[in-house]
Amino acid sequence: MVRIYIDQKPYDVKPGKNLLETCLTLGLDLPYFCWHPAMGSVGACRQCAVKVFKDENDRTGRLVMACMEGVRDNMYLSVNDPTAHDFRSQNIEWLMSNHPHDCAVCDEGGSCHLQDMTVMTGHAYRRYRYPKRTYQNQYLGPFLHHEMNRCIQCYRCVRFYKDYAGGKDLDVFAAHNHVYFGREKDGVLENEFSGNLAEVCPTGVFTDKTLREHYTRKWDMTMAPSICQHCSLGCNIIAGERYGALRQITNRFNGAVNGYFICDRGRYGYEFVNDPDRVKQPAVRAENDGGNLFESISSILAEGKMIGIGSPRASLEANFALRRLVGEEHFYQGIPENEARLMSKILSIQLSGHVYTPPLKETEYADVVLVLGEDPTNSAPRLALALRQAVRTKPLEDMAGSNIPLWHDAAVRELIQDDKGALFMAYPVHTKLDELAYGTLHAAPEDIARFGFAIAHYIDSNAPVPESMDAQALESAKHIADLLQKAERPLIVSGTTLFNEDIIQAAYQIGRALEKGEKKAGLSFVMPECNSAGLAMMQAPSLHAAMKAAEGGTFATAVILENDLYRRAARAEVDNFFRAFKNIIVLDHLQNDTTSKATVLIPAATFAEGEGTLVNNELRAQRFFQVFMPKNEHIRESWRWLDEFGQFRLGTMPGDLRELDNLVEELVGAMPQFKGVESAAPSADFRINGQRIPREPHRFSGRTAILANVAVSEPKPPQDTDSPLSFTMEGYRGMPPAPLTPFYWSPGWNSGQSVHKYQSEAGGPLRGGDPGVRLAGEGLFSVNGAPSHIPAAFKRQEQAMALVPLAHIFGSDELSVHSPSVEGRSPRPYIALGSRDAERLQAVEGDILQMRIAGQVFDLPLILKNELPEGLAGLPYNLPSMSGIAWPAQGVLTKTGL
Amino acid sequence: MISLLRSIGLIFLHMFRKRETIQYPEEKVVLHPRWRGRIVLTRDPDGGERCVGCYLCAAACPVDCISLQATEDENGRRYPAFFRINFSRCIFCGYCEEACPTYAIQLTPDFEMGEYNRQNLVYEKEDLLIDSQGKYPGYNYYKVAGLAAGVKGKGEGANEEPPVDIRSLIP
Repeated sequence: MVRIYIDQKPYDVKPGKNLLETCLTLGLDLPYFCWHPAMGSVGACRQCAVKVFKDENDRTGRLVMACMEGVRDNMYLSVNDPTAHDFRSQNIEWLMSNHPHDCAVCDEGGSCHLQDMTVMTGHAYRRYRYPKRTYQNQYLGPFLHHEMNRCIQCYRCVRFYKDYAGGKDLDVFAAHNHVYFGREKDGVLENEFSGNLAEVCPTGVFTDKTLREHYTRKWDMTMAPSICQHCSLGCNIIAGERYGALRQITNRFNGAVNGYFICDRGRYGYEFVNDPDRVKQPAVRAENDGGNLFESISSILAEGKMIGIGSPRASLEANFALRRLVGEEHFYQGIPENEARLMSKILSIQLSGHVYTPPLKETEYADVVLVLGEDPTNSAPRLALALRQAVRTKPLEDMAGSNIPLWHDAAVRELIQDDKGALFMAYPVHTKLDELAYGTLHAAPEDIARFGFAIAHYIDSNAPVPESMDAQALESAKHIADLLQKAERPLIVSGTTLFNEDIIQAAYQIGRALEKGEKKAGLSFVMPECNSAGLAMMQAPSLHAAMKAAEGGTFATAVILENDLYRRAARAEVDNFFRAFKNIIVLDHLQNDTTSKATVLIPAATFAEGEGTLVNNELRAQRFFQVFMPKNEHIRESWRWLDEFGQFRLGTMPGDLRELDNLVEELVGAMPQFKGVESAAPSADFRINGQRIPREPHRFSGRTAILANVAVSEPKPPQDTDSPLSFTMEGYRGMPPAPLTPFYWSPGWNSGQSVHKYQSEAGGPLRGGDPGVRLAGEGLFSVNGAPSHIPAAFKRQEQAMALVPLAHIFGSDELSVHSPSVEGRSPRPYIALGSRDAERLQAVEGDILQMRIAGQVFDLPLILKNELPEGLAGLPYNLPSMSGIAWPAQGVLTKTGL
Repeated sequence: MISLLRSIGLIFLHMFRKRETIQYPEEKVVLHPRWRGRIVLTRDPDGGERCVGCYLCAAACPVDCISLQATEDENGRRYPAFFRINFSRCIFCGYCEEACPTYAIQLTPDFEMGEYNRQNLVYEKEDLLIDSQGKYPGYNYYKVAGLAAGVKGKGEGANEEPPVDIRSLIP
């Protein structure tokens, strides 16, 4: 701690920070534009001027930019000094001299950092009489809207897009007062994190295009803290609603998980909630048409034995409620056998105590990274962004002696230039991270696993060595082993994307070999879906086990929870499974092939319409909260439906029906491995000064007019029985606990930049700790470490092609493709082949090839990926038109006659 | 005694003064142009809707009786898809008019809005939009705003330079 004096008042502050961060941490309002806590300072905007004095007697002082000046002991400075204040005000005046008269039609208005800072400095009247500069806009794709007139040249966009996220197609053009931020020509912004520009830009140059379709100001939205549902990382998000439709997703800071940024799938994948194809009515498809729904359901539920199929995209509570309804022994996971085996393997590794699973944020500080059989950019995008920062860790450590502080972004980048830490990518095809990689391996999954085993062998000679590997591969494995051993914080990333158990075992072997006493290697696993880990921890048998059990015909009813089984297994298998039941009860959000088979269809709430808990890939249990009460009263949480079914099935009295907290309590009681889930968020009776936490900002408008067209007397606002949040604007206006923060706002700080008021220090963790609870998985998997089996090397087969699933950020996720914007970015079905295979088939790029996979036939255009080994073909994973392939798969490839 | 007679006398004299009471509704009251009565949505000189759906009136409204939804036409011009004022809640404070950056929402000297049924006091955009510029003739927001929304091109507005040629090398 060092002592500094700000306006004659002494403060003890943390050394090594710059003055701007320090002032913000101390709660002083100092305007800024170009500084960003995740990206450091460049001193481009000249907004954060303060006065620094030589000593306590100095009255003159000098103006400095607070973001470019480090904290020193015994420093005297002034924020309120008239010269500094005037400087800041005049600086804004200059920035505003070209800023258009647009606020009324600007989507940023109301959450605009430029508005906030202008008000903060006191600039109010335009004195500059000359014309304003104008620019032409560009088309930037379905995610972002461009309005270049509004730019204030802070350079944050290119610093984020190019320097932080590794984008190539956004840059700054022209010179002097003509600088232009955009693409070389109109076109879709390619980077997977482009949506963050809407939040990074301090004004309205880049704004959310999907929000524009149904525009609502920030102050008019009903918001709730939520968790992203589109991959296994569990990024924290804020979801906003107006007039019964979900309007916008923004990032919710979590210092341990996603920090300041989320990917475009998470930001734009929300529109499935507003899809016209939603299941809206509970329906019974039965012979006795016109019968009472209540009676039909009660008779169906009372009849015969039931089987329950859970889902990795449903919350813990929903899965548990189903398990309780059908009984533990009749509850199945609803994922293919192979995936279930992979998941239980990953869990046993994570809970083995031999490896360390770092939180997402910590992966940014790994100094050597080995990625085995994963393409994080597509399977867990936010992790790819973290790995992009990880390659800078080593060079940043090396420059520790240079006397340049880490926040000094431009100087640091100048110094480290193109230096990179070691990152190795092993994946069948090129990935976006390859450009940063020190080495890459494009091979079949079996060979990636063997490569992993070879690395493990070179670290620990007791580990078995794969036979007959070629010398070059062994040499490079040895080199990687060497680097991993020398690393301070090695990280191995692996996962389920390639559906190969050996790769996961190899990753574990390496981690095990690196284990030195207390020090454990970091192992990060990518999982298929948002609650895959939570479902796997329930340790139920797989979908295929359910199919086997149903063969006997002893079950009358199947209950399928938020799961499209046609995406999990081959069509014939699923059809056969459904034939075994008299009644099929399906709970889901959207119409799909499974819901069309249902005899009883129940509309289930999405993440925006209900509460629940998800367990992410690092076993962090996180609660998402209901954003709004749907107008359609039939749309309710799956766990609530299932709990009510208990009345007919188990004879539960209506008074004993569960609220969320009781259900969680019961869950922990029944399955002690979930101990800790109950403290993921405060319980429903939590109050501050007897008040709830409002979901609506205090400026929320239209309360007495929104429903006036229906009935002029205002109805009572909906009551929330499951959380301490209220659906109105009334309630506690102070700082809510971190897991319950529905939006960021502070007096004078209307934009998302106000998050620093919620942090214990600017850029640091949230006050009261970052939300979420890491589960220790008590009592699970005490025995671990299956004997390692090294697979044989991959060999091309004469008749069939081995297939690898290629994940796509836009397209492979079931729900997000229902968003028109995401759908527009998802690839069309294709087949990828190496050049040799293509030659053998005498096919060129674009030719239609016929692929026959276990009775299914696909006609697919060819895409050449020359790095693919011979005999291996890549197929996009789980595109809506290509689901139902049992991975790992093989197929027969023929060229169709023209 | 004298004061009593004086008062009776004064009252007697009042019989010959001009009457303040007017015979409403046969006779109409004279209202000033700035009188705050029935709220209207006006049009710009080109006949386009002035309201751009910025939500400021709704935010300024102390009784929260304004609700709207902004949408866009093919040129990017914003307008309200619906605009609803619940006059049974309105207190005619005029804050909405003050907040309006485009002079769209205006209060007019008309108070004759009485209804037997409260539901009829809910006015939609069709009831609010008039074919006039109201109190502020000549103003067209899109002429002074920076963005192009079909009214003028980039750089053609009042006090604007032509768009920057980013490929120009001239200093």
